Amino acid sequence: MVFPGTWSDRDCAHAVADVLGQPARFIDHRARRLDDVDLVILPGGFSYGDHLRCGAIARFAPVMEAIIDFADRGGLVLGICNGFQVLQEARMLPGALLKNASCQFRCEWVNLRVEQTDGAFTTECRPAQVLRIPISHGEGNFYADPQTLAALEAGGQVVFRYCMPDGRVVEDANPNGSLGNIAGIMNRRGNVLGMMPHPERACETLLGGTDGLTIFQSAVRALQRVAA
Amino acid sequence: MVRAEVFVTLKPVVNDPEGLTIMRGLQTLGFDSVTDVRSGKYLVLLIDEADLGQARARVEAMAQQLLANAVIEDYRIAVGPVEATVLSGERPV
Repeated sequence: MVFPGTWSDRDCAHAVADVLGQPARFIDHRARRLDDVDLVILPGGFSYGDHLRCGAIARFAPVMEAIIDFADRGGLVLGICNGFQVLQEARMLPGALLKNASCQFRCEWVNLRVEQTDGAFTTECRPAQVLRIPISHGEGNFYADPQTLAALEAGGQVVFRYCMPDGRVVEDANPNGSLGNIAGIMNRRGNVLGMMPHPERACETLLGGTDGLTIFQSAVRALQRVAA
Repeated sequence: MVRAEVFVTLKPVVNDPEGLTIMRGLQTLGFDSVTDVRSGKYLVLLIDEADLGQARARVEAMAQQLLANAVIEDYRIAVGPVEATVLSGERPV
């Protein structure tokens, strides 16, 4: 997906097409139909300048109805960073992302503990595996009201938590003040994932790591299983 | 023509790191008596409606659909004739 102000679209396409060898194409925010796609990625950036709230305007882009319909039919949707914010504004995922507790833009490598391997995007991970993936955001402070948070936890919808390199989930590992150190969540069905870290920036050794590739590989395997 | 003012603020239960930072800045400047600062957005809209009630209903719908995110934000709306300048004294509905 490319909204005005999206900036990680080419990085995502590079990871999917050049690194994984899967066909990828850019979808314009004005599109009314998605046609023959298996996975929709809402990349990071500053859609519509982040005006009003991050993702608030993108949620009304013509293409969003098609994406909601696609997800309702079980299509895989991955929202990264600003894409995660858009999914929440569109109510495809619960909660909201507030300004970082530090009020600083944080651009750094973080460690993520995999909390859930049942969804489409983490099937290639081991439970409690630690992934090293960078973040790059000013508004990634996950918030949900107590009932919503409890439902997310009980339903196994928390997919990633910020942790120490050894997997301990502690406040020191939390870069933005997120409740429960939450870095990524999925919907109940497991076909829609939103995450603040950027897996597309951790797909090649040259870039400092390949842990992000696991997420795209998981999606590819999930689709292959459905096709088989 | 109606002038509408919309105040969007984070819900009291939601942390406001921006407000907190502003408060610390004020305290650093010596304003010791400041005990809390909440930040928010202030929007002024001109609505092409003759009736104040009708205009308020329209702005209410706008706030629910776009201007505020009910997950984290509260809003209050003040409406008045377009000549009015500051309506901020009006209490929330």
